[in-house]
Formats: sequence, C-alpha cells, structure tokens
Amino acid sequence: MQEHDMSWVRTEMALAEQAPRSQVGPGAWLRRNLFATPVDSVLTVLALLAVAWALPQMLNWVFFDAVWTGADRTACLTTEQGGQLPAGWSGACWPFVSGRFGQFMFGRYPMEERWRVILTGIVFIALLAPLLIPRVPYKGVNAILFFVVFPFIAFFLLVGGFFGLPYVETPRWGGLMVTLVLSYVGIVVSLPLGILLAMGRRSKMPIVKLLSVIFIEAVRGVPLVTVLFMASFMLPLFVPPGMTFDKLLRALIGVALFAAAYMAEVVRGGLQAIPKGQYEGADSLGLGYWQKMGFIIMPQALKLVIPGIVNTFIGMFKDTTLVLIISMFDLLGVVKQNISGDPTWATPQTAKTGYVFAAAVFWIFCFGMSRYSQFMERRLDTGHKR
Amino acid sequence: MKHIAIGILGAAAFGFMASAAAADTLSDVKAKGFIQCGVNTGLAGFSAPNDKGEWKGIDVDFCRAVAAAVFGDGSKVKFTGLSAKDRFTALQSGEIDILSRNTTWTINRDTALGLNFAGVTYYDGQGFMINSKKLPGVNSALQLSGAAICVQSGTTTELNLADYFKANKMEYNPVVFEKFEEANAAYDSGRCDAYTTDQSGLYAVRLQMASPNDHVVLPEIISKEPLGPAVRQGDDKWYHIVKWTYFALLDAEEAGVTQANVDEMKNSDNPDIKRLLGTEAETKIGTDLGVSNDWVVNIVKAVGNYGEIFERNVGQGSPLKIARGINALWTKGGLQYGMPIR
Repeated sequence: MQEHDMSWVRTEMALAEQAPRSQVGPGAWLRRNLFATPVDSVLTVLALLAVAWALPQMLNWVFFDAVWTGADRTACLTTEQGGQLPAGWSGACWPFVSGRFGQFMFGRYPMEERWRVILTGIVFIALLAPLLIPRVPYKGVNAILFFVVFPFIAFFLLVGGFFGLPYVETPRWGGLMVTLVLSYVGIVVSLPLGILLAMGRRSKMPIVKLLSVIFIEAVRGVPLVTVLFMASFMLPLFVPPGMTFDKLLRALIGVALFAAAYMAEVVRGGLQAIPKGQYEGADSLGLGYWQKMGFIIMPQALKLVIPGIVNTFIGMFKDTTLVLIISMFDLLGVVKQNISGDPTWATPQTAKTGYVFAAAVFWIFCFGMSRYSQFMERRLDTGHKR
Repeated sequence: MKHIAIGILGAAAFGFMASAAAADTLSDVKAKGFIQCGVNTGLAGFSAPNDKGEWKGIDVDFCRAVAAAVFGDGSKVKFTGLSAKDRFTALQSGEIDILSRNTTWTINRDTALGLNFAGVTYYDGQGFMINSKKLPGVNSALQLSGAAICVQSGTTTELNLADYFKANKMEYNPVVFEKFEEANAAYDSGRCDAYTTDQSGLYAVRLQMASPNDHVVLPEIISKEPLGPAVRQGDDKWYHIVKWTYFALLDAEEAGVTQANVDEMKNSDNPDIKRLLGTEAETKIGTDLGVSNDWVVNIVKAVGNYGEIFERNVGQGSPLKIARGINALWTKGGLQYGMPIR
C-alpha cells in the first residue's frame, strides 16, 4: 500500500487577512449605522439638522445666556422689564433655583431641623450603596437594616417628638424629601405585597385567589388620582367631624397599594414564564410550597421580570407628583408653588427654569434606576443568553 | 406624630370626643395652643411661602391677626395649603378653624355650604389686561368686540366673560386653557388680544410678561369677587372673634394706629383710641369678646393695621404694586368700613 503523505486537510491555519477597508474604521461604522440605505441617510441628515437647530439654543438658554447670581427678580429682567439685561434676552434664571433650593429639597421643614432630613439621607445612602454593589458582603444583614430598621430610624428622625427632637408635622414636609419618602415606602411595600398577591392570584385556594383578584382588579381599575381624591376629600366627610387623618399617611397608603397591584401583575407574568418542569422538579425533591417558591420559582421568575419591576418603580416615582392634587408638595409641587405664588421671583423665565430643574432631578433618578436595572439584568443573565 | 397615631388607631376611640368638642372652636383652639388656618397653596400676595418657607400674604396675615387676638402671639397659627376643591370640606370637617383662602363671599356659600363669612379682606373683581403695543387706543373693555381672549377653563371667570359679552351684545373668541402657565404663555406670545382673570391675578401675571410695561389693566370690573375669611356656622363666639379682628384691623388704620406707634398710642387721650386699644378704665370690650382687653394692641403689634398688611403684601411694598382702589378706607373713597368698637 502506498503511504499517503499528502494530507487532505490543511495542516496549518490560513493567515487571517485584514478585514476589507469598507468593513472597519469610522467610515464603515458610519456607513453601517447611519447611511446603510437611502432612507437611513435621509433620516440621519434630518436628525442632524434637528440637533444642530435645537442644541445651540438649548445650551445657550441653559448655560451660556443664563443668569447665575442675583437676589431677586430684577437679576433676571431685561432693561425694558426694569432690569439690567439687554432687550430680547432669554436664558435660565438659576438664582431662583439656588435661592429656593432649600425649599425644593425640604419643603417648609423648619430650617434648624433640616439636619435631621440630611442625616436620614446619609443613613439611606450608606445603607443603599453597599446593597447595590454586588461585591460587598453581608447582604442579609444589610437588607434587614435597609428594609426593616431604616424605616424606624427615618420615622423617628423625620417626624420627631421623641428624645428631645421637636415634632415636625407632615404638612411642613415637602420637596424632594416627600418624593423620596413616597417612593421608598411605595417600593418597599409594593414589591413584597405584589409578590404575595401574584402568588395569591395563582393559588389553588379559592378564597385567597378571589381576594387577590378582587384587590388587583379593583385597584388597577381606578386611576391613582381618584384614589388620592377619595382619600383626601371624601374620607373626612365619612369620619366624625374634628377627626383628621394625616395627609401624608393617606397618600403613602394609596401609592403603596396602587403600586402593589401593578407589581402583582408584573410578577405573575414572570411566574407564568416558568416551565411546569420547574414546579414538578421542586415537588419531586419533596419541597413544600414556600420552599418551592422561595428557592426554585421566585428567583427565576423575578429575574425574568426585572425590566417590568423597574418599569413599575420608575412609573411610581413619577406618579408621586400626583400628590399635588391633595395639596401635598413633592418636588414638582414645590417648584410650581414657588412659580405661581411668589412675586419676588416672578419673571418671564422663572417658570421655565423651575420646570427644567425639576425635570433634570427626575431624569437623574429615573435614569439611575434604569441603568442599575440593566446592570442587574446582565449580571443575573445566566443560561438565557441569546 | 399625634395625627399619625390617631390615623392608625382609627375612628372609634377618638371620634366621639372630637365631635362633642367641635361646637366651641375657641376652647378647642385654646386647648391645642394654635389656630389651624386654611390658605391658598400659592397665590401671589395672598398666601405663598417665602425663601425661608414662612407663609406670607394678606390671607396669611389675617390668620396671624386672629392668633394675636386670641393668644397675644401672632405666631401661634399653623397653615394648611388647600386647593379650591378641598377648601370647604376641610372647614366643615374641622380640619381647619378659619378658611382664609381668597374665597368669594356668595349667598350659596353662606346658606347651602354652611359657612359664615367674617368680612371682606380684599374686594376683587374680574378684569381685563391688554397689550397696549398690540392694541393701541383701547382703554375700555367695551372696545374689545371681536377680540380673542385668553381664559382659564372650568372657572367662574369663563362664565362671567360670556355673560359680560352677551350683555353688551359683543362678539368674542375665547381661547381656553387648562393651566395658568399655558394661558400666560399664550397671551404673552400674542395669541390672544386680551387676558381675563381676577384683577389681583392680572397684576401677578403682568410681572411674568416679556415687557410688563406694555400691558395695561383695563378699568372695567365685570364681576364682584369679595374675598374674605370664613368660619363654620353654629359657633357665634368664634365667628365674632374672627369678624371683629377684621374690623379692628380697619379701625386701627382709621385711627392711625400702626405697628410702629401702637405703644405710643396707648397713652392717647382720644376716647376712640382708648376704647380701641383697651386702655379705658374698667373696659370689658375684649373680655366680652372672649379675648384679653389689649387684643387690638396685640393684633397691630403682630401684623400692623389693614393698610400696612395691604401695602406689605400686594401694594407698594410688594412687587405687585396694586393700588388701594376700592380697598381704601371709606374715609378715602373706598369700601373698607370698620364697625365701631365701643
């Protein structure tokens, strides 16, 4: 037999050639992403034109033409309005924001007590930051501190009336502080309650199931505005005269229950996505209902619906602005109040400046939540890679 | 804290006690140590928080005056910001003791809603503002036939406007907005020829216009909006205190008693001033009312007389610069008339 010294397969790899010039480099990136088809090209050009048209004006208004210092409205007035600025000037009036910054943050919380709010904020961040960073150990202790102990600390510090701290009634609260209190309570209450309601709705026990369905559908069936309205205006007529419920408490309960109903449906979506095999696997290991849910089903289901959960949180964060209609002043409410009620700062630019500031603060919070949820999704994305 | 605790514990335990005591507001107020006053959440010159978060305005100062009359201390008052919708509920349910929230005195509110108005702290009325650059030569609302008029929806303003133009057989074109800011912006950008709302509001709007000096408030007032403080019906004692606080503010102005000279005035020999300031021998004017005899001194020390309150909040001492007009004393051609304290 003749020896084959000839291989049928190449023994060494062909050297990789450089990608064609048309496929790499900035030119290729532009072509691929911005000018792939004629339609794309047209859209790109239009979009660039729109940016070129709007961006300089925006930057000018917000930064370059803006007024940064001043004591009252005259700082932001043009000569024809009785101020110093050239006629036709338009720009942000930032001294309005810096002058009222304390109110935007704390509402009418007494000046000399504001350290209590700041301290609460520091404790909040000190507990939240390690909870969000996956590398930091002792998550269990941290979580208990944040979700169970912190509310008590915050309550004693913010409300006061104990240990020599003067009592600060909630109508004096306001600004970002109220927005964060409402959101924190909404988030901390709605997630566990939502999970329970979702499990209740999928339960085989008829009464539990019925009650869960009734709660979820009733709450989802009415707008939050209606719930707040009822709590604020109708409730006082039903209870004996002279008796008042704390308005903030009413709003907290309303917002939390409302978010819980939405959360329940988000979590139920996750539960439905878990294959039957997972339940049966858990059963075959001899796990009870709570073990099965806690160790097998929920970790997978919640991971699936992180976008939905965060979506609900962000929606709720923004819904807190609705408490304005029951005369509670969250960040947006305080900004509005200062715009409409305060002649010391009444200028043509004040309203715009105030709203831009409020929008920026809301954007920072919502964008932060959204980015963190994307980070968590990637981190927890084990076994579902596409 | 107490409020939250009550809220949690529920109606049963506390409800009855509260309802039994509700008919005597003065005792309630004295027991809790402060007056709860309902004000607007933010209306320039009437009630709004300042830099430090303290409430300022005519309506606010009136409540401080009542607190000064009752406690001798104008700071013993707490404010609740109320929307137009929840203001009457708040008063009826006892959440507040005085409603001082730019509320128009009407017969319906006196009878059907069960309120008692204590007086008129500001005679307001719906007016028009125009841009004199755009409409030169217009100096009366009767020349506005065919004009586009910016107005906020769902207010009596809108109805008054319709009535006025119908009564004068004129055409107009309403441009309706849901929000105050939207109406402002539309008027400023020239979408409407005229802007209509309460006159006190027009002065505040004018400050936000691009060129305020071009805008003119027309002289016509097309509706009566007497704004004043109100209390619950069925508690005459409390009603009298609030009502006479109002008259005392006017009488103090008429007698020339101001925040600055009130201590001097106590030595005055003028019998009117002696009666007013409670320096007459064996006077019972204050105690009959249920307050101390130097109640007017306390009021004037705390907030000044009516004229001082007006000038400080909406008049020349404020950015609004509203003229006294019909809010001047009756001796100066206005409508403010304080009943005699004797």
